[in-house]
Amino acid sequence: MSQTDTASGGGQGLPPANTPPANTPPKAEAPSHRGARLRRRARSLGGLVLSLALTLLGLLLITFIIGRVMPIDPVLKVVGERATQAQYDAAYQAMGLDKPIWQQFLRYVSEVLRGDFGRSISTGHPVSEDLKRVFPATVELATLGTLIGVCVGVPLGVIAAARRGGWIDQIARVLALVGYSMPIFWLGLMGLLLFYGILGWIGGPGRQGIIYDGMVPTVTGMILIDSLIAGDWGAFRDAFSHIVLPASLLGYFSLAYISRMTRSFMLEQLSSEYVTTARVKGLSEARVVWGHAFRNILVPLITVIALSFGGLLEGSVLTEIVFSWPGIGQYITKALLAGDMNAVLGGTVLVGACFVGLNLISDLLYRVLDPRAS
Amino acid sequence: MSPLLSVRNLRVSFPTRSGTFDAVRGVSFDLGRERLGVVGESGSGKSMTGRAILGLVRPPGRVTADRMELDGQPILNLPERQMRALRGARISMVMQDPKFSLNPVMTIGRQITEGYRLHTRTTPQAARDKALEMLRAVQIRDPERVFDAYPHEVSGGMGQRIMIAMMLAPDPEILIADEPTSALDVSVRNEVLRIMDKLVRDRGMGLIFISHDLNLVAEFCDRVLIMYAGRVVEELPAHDLKNARHPYTQGLLNSLPRLDHPVERLSVLQRQDSWRDEEIATPFPGGL
Amino acid sequence: MTDIPTREWLLSDAPQTRAQARLGAIYQGWLTFRANKLAMFGLIILVLLLLMAIFAPWLAPKDPFAQDLAGRLKPPSAANWLGTDALGRDILSRLIYGSRITLFIVGTVALVAPVIGLFVGTVAGFAGGWVDQVLMRITDIFLAFPKLILALAFVAALGPGIGNAVLALAITSWPPYARLARAETLTIRNADYIAAARLQGAGPLRLLIGHVWPLCISSMIVRVALDMAGIILSAAGLGFLGLGAQPPMPEWGAMISDGRTYILDFWWVAAMPGMAIFIVSLAFNLLGDGLRDVLDPKGAKE
Repeated sequence: MSQTDTASGGGQGLPPANTPPANTPPKAEAPSHRGARLRRRARSLGGLVLSLALTLLGLLLITFIIGRVMPIDPVLKVVGERATQAQYDAAYQAMGLDKPIWQQFLRYVSEVLRGDFGRSISTGHPVSEDLKRVFPATVELATLGTLIGVCVGVPLGVIAAARRGGWIDQIARVLALVGYSMPIFWLGLMGLLLFYGILGWIGGPGRQGIIYDGMVPTVTGMILIDSLIAGDWGAFRDAFSHIVLPASLLGYFSLAYISRMTRSFMLEQLSSEYVTTARVKGLSEARVVWGHAFRNILVPLITVIALSFGGLLEGSVLTEIVFSWPGIGQYITKALLAGDMNAVLGGTVLVGACFVGLNLISDLLYRVLDPRAS
Repeated sequence: MSPLLSVRNLRVSFPTRSGTFDAVRGVSFDLGRERLGVVGESGSGKSMTGRAILGLVRPPGRVTADRMELDGQPILNLPERQMRALRGARISMVMQDPKFSLNPVMTIGRQITEGYRLHTRTTPQAARDKALEMLRAVQIRDPERVFDAYPHEVSGGMGQRIMIAMMLAPDPEILIADEPTSALDVSVRNEVLRIMDKLVRDRGMGLIFISHDLNLVAEFCDRVLIMYAGRVVEELPAHDLKNARHPYTQGLLNSLPRLDHPVERLSVLQRQDSWRDEEIATPFPGGL
Repeated sequence: MTDIPTREWLLSDAPQTRAQARLGAIYQGWLTFRANKLAMFGLIILVLLLLMAIFAPWLAPKDPFAQDLAGRLKPPSAANWLGTDALGRDILSRLIYGSRITLFIVGTVALVAPVIGLFVGTVAGFAGGWVDQVLMRITDIFLAFPKLILALAFVAALGPGIGNAVLALAITSWPPYARLARAETLTIRNADYIAAARLQGAGPLRLLIGHVWPLCISSMIVRVALDMAGIILSAAGLGFLGLGAQPPMPEWGAMISDGRTYILDFWWVAAMPGMAIFIVSLAFNLLGDGLRDVLDPKGAKE
């Protein structure tokens, strides 16, 4: 039998044979090793950005097609029902509808890239302005919801996995099952009935009570933060009493998802050999679970949290209707019922772009957090 | 000399849907400052024996024994806290595949110092020095670089040497090596084994070498236990292997090719049900 | 044949015919499934739901469309077990008839979306190369899109209505199936028995239909069962927004929307249909869990 160890025989110990099957080419010698890894990272980063750009273009194509199949005549919406044929034709040409379809698409893309979604017929403002106004309300709600989901869901999932079959695991299971099966808008209505209608513990529908409406100067558009900036505790308390129920609802759904995913990631890690190694070393169970296994699920967990945040941006549509929350979900729905296609598509593109952005962020974090990503 | 580790009638059982499954059924042995080989096919209970000694059988698995003593102290089913003080510090284990047994997102240095600092309560600097010393002891040329590397950046043979360094850092008295070379390239196996062997002998430790490879065990151990279906069917000195009496051991030996005694056709092991439960004649060292 | 020999015939270690082996496998699966009490509970509820939908005209105590403005917004009583809505219609009868709509939506989406996904995914995985690239890029674009908002936009473009709601849900639900089917195909594609079939002269279409599709089916079924609850909730959401079934159809989501105005004083109008949605989607989730244990033991561990 050969006694030569390629590792110690080969000097710096990164033998070409015997490398674990990472999908990287045979590794270079030690000094240039890090540089090579960085270059590889940069190259795949370029690929990532390209693929995201393609995805965004696809989004625009879909919204463009949706806009075209719309049975409502967009010109008529602009010029009004009583316009003359000449006025109609002028508007028709001004909107570029006489051009070939691919030119129309290019025009649409360039407009969107410039942040121009056209004018909303129902509000009379440019859609981009409307979005700037309503989007922070949704972000505020979804962020708080995700925060609740992460702060409760992650520990719950980890403990459920660490004490598999225990009572915490059972509770987490029931919570998730109910969360997956419950219509969110209905739960919102029932919550409103109980906590607002019967108990009177919270503020009712809307973001603020009437007396505080418009009292806090807009900085971020998120009232909780703005009222803190203004130092107005009354407004903060009022805003909190309005957001607590819808945010808790969204938080519950986020929790159901995050805790399930955390649990399943953790179970996979806890059955792996390095966990046994950690136990053999004599580490406490808490350190085995949190110091070793949990660190290994951080990367997929971040993807899950990003997905869940995106889900809440979208899930807020129904919640916002129930709570009369002046966010993007309510904006889109109202526009939809009014046949205001510019507003619908603008809102759709914005939420879609957020999804793509969240994907990008979780991909970048993956590259930073996982030493194997190269 | 009293043995380092003394085990009598060790049993490990798991409840299953169709009754209880006994993975280990009454294993007894003594371990001194020597190298004890445990040989058996997969499912013979050899790995489970190692894990039971470390108290790593998770519920619903159950471990019982008439005696399980480390230096005369009973260690069977100790409270978890006392067991943790034992693990790593006095008994340690090297597992099969470094690709899976090293934590992929933690630097090698942290993984080595972690256990050492826990048991010695020393400063980070002293722990680092110790880790580098251990890396050098397992013949890693560039310990500083490896200290900051991640497990995926080293080869399998190197990973296993790192495992050995990590497990020996707190100076345990017993090392359980559970198939430490099965996942490695043939070319680096002997080197890893020689390094482990040297360290274990220099420190006067007891080694339990678990393997399915009879020749390897015969080469590296003083004494060999042959396990079959959760029991020790035969125990004999490694140099005396060819005088094995139990038909299972003989069968195993005959199924291996030999340079000094070539045969036309290797015989295939014919298992007999009687091996599972028949009375075993091997006397226990030191009696029951 | 009495019960005992049948059972032995099914559980035989050495089946004599292919049919016996297949039936035996199904019976084994059924035994596993039956041992899961929660899954059985889900199955029973769904069977009851199906019976309710079929026999709705006989089960419903009142006409679901009959208005009675004098008896509007009545609380649950002996005459109207679940009360009446704003137009005096019997809520229980409307719920019973509404089960037909729910089953129609779920059934159609659950048929259409996986078929699209199966087709796209297996073709992508089997063809590889640029076909794979293009198809998966399209799938990714749909996946990147928020599902409910995309469905909303589709309904907005096509016009509200139950048919368009179903279409929108199907269009937005297929991408995960395509991903799943592709992943399965990639593992199957390089298997030796596919090579063997190819050596025997089987063409790509035959390989796809005869060898790849059947093997994707069980994981697809599990996924469908687990997705059903989500489809019900999405459909109810569309109905709640007024974009699904149009009045006076007794769609459960739209019924909640009707009751929303009166929530503070007449809670039962919105509460009852919500309970119905919850119970049915819970049943689907339980069923899906049980099916996963039977059909996909690997995934069940998670």
